[in-house]
Amino acid sequence: MNGVGQGFWDAWKLILGLDPDLYEIVFLSLQVTLSATLIAALIGLPAGAWLAVKRFWLRRYVIAVLNALMGLPPVVVGLFVYMALSRAGPLGGFGLLFSPGAMIIAQVIIITPLIASISHQSLRELWAEYHDLLISMNATRRQRIMALVWDGRRALLTASLAGFGRAIGEVGAIMIVGGNIEHATRVLTTAIALETGKGNFAFAMGLGLVLIMLAVIVNLAIHTLGKTERASTW
Amino acid sequence: MVSLLPLTLTAATAHRRGKALLGPVDYTLEGVGITMVIGPNGAGKTTLLRLMHGLQRPSGGSVEWAAPPIEARQNQAFVFQTPIMMRRSVLDSLAYPLRLRGMAKPEALLAARKCAHRFGMEALLDSAAPWLSGGEKQKLALARALIIKPELLFLDEPSANLDGRATREIEAILTAAKAAGTRIVMSSHDMGQARRLADDILFMHKGLLHEKSDATAFFAAPISPEALAFITGEIVE
Repeated sequence: MNGVGQGFWDAWKLILGLDPDLYEIVFLSLQVTLSATLIAALIGLPAGAWLAVKRFWLRRYVIAVLNALMGLPPVVVGLFVYMALSRAGPLGGFGLLFSPGAMIIAQVIIITPLIASISHQSLRELWAEYHDLLISMNATRRQRIMALVWDGRRALLTASLAGFGRAIGEVGAIMIVGGNIEHATRVLTTAIALETGKGNFAFAMGLGLVLIMLAVIVNLAIHTLGKTERASTW
Repeated sequence: MVSLLPLTLTAATAHRRGKALLGPVDYTLEGVGITMVIGPNGAGKTTLLRLMHGLQRPSGGSVEWAAPPIEARQNQAFVFQTPIMMRRSVLDSLAYPLRLRGMAKPEALLAARKCAHRFGMEALLDSAAPWLSGGEKQKLALARALIIKPELLFLDEPSANLDGRATREIEAILTAAKAAGTRIVMSSHDMGQARRLADDILFMHKGLLHEKSDATAFFAAPISPEALAFITGEIVE
């Protein structure tokens, strides 16, 4: 092993040299995880808002299950999605196994409970604040949820970013359902695992650096677009 | 449009966790002007207002409007003791009740601007509502309640945390609203305010409606000893 310093140096050369293999992997990682985050947010955010507003007897159990699902082991999710998508499985006909589609499905399953749970937590506080006002104004349930989602949008953004963070760094599930196939389903995390195993530390470190920078850049970009942490605190 | 008044409370009670908060109360709200609900802390003033507004269901008895419930709910508004500010600009906060009623956005915003102008809040239009001062918040809450031109307006100690100037502004707005025909029911701790604004008085004590009378008559000679003690500044428990 060359040591960490040499690894860093080689890594920067790959990054700055616009190495095509590296950027192909980066691009696929972003594509899979952003799609998964988008889909999971479309499911998880309204679900969190709905749980904050609606009172029903199963509610506390649903929330408990949701919180438990936040810690879902990705490998197990990978296994289930694999079985569902394999030729013999119930969804085998779609031929999705070992495709980016399968990886997106697995990541959606992993991060939806996380996004729903975090958004529920923050919207519950907002709802406690708004409750009397919205009831007094005779808002329908749909209007209440819309008001919470809109006025709590920054908290929901944070929830989505937490989902993104978990998905981009996740390796267990996408390794199983994607198969880490070169030029097809190889993403940053699976590539790092592979290159480390091969003893190809420079490339692995390059990928690792990119992964970390990617997470930082996406967060910064979204915060800038969303104008959070500016003049107002919410 | 059918008037939602008279509002009739028949043996209405309110409980929370087995503890009686209010009632039974029999009362009919009708006529015009400002009804002032007074009484010591914990007398049930807030609960009575919430019950009449429909924010809280009665545990027993009934609260009935003259109009169908849906219509009745649309034609009244409530101003809370601690103003609830939405995380929006003043302009959007004012437009919100109109948007809820299905008014198109451009019209709602135009109406909100006009309303802000009427209440002298033009300079604040783009400010975030939660960042206003206490007086400005309460004024916004009042403007937001009045923008739908409610037939009936409830206020729960609207000037409890305000200084003299802000209180005077609120009172001027209420007097103008009354002149425009809005029926007002408000609670207050401030006997001076009660004397200035009230047309009639509801005196509450220990969850019961002790006295309902014309304001002038009430302040000249309250019937119950508790009310007399209360308005002469003694501590009533």
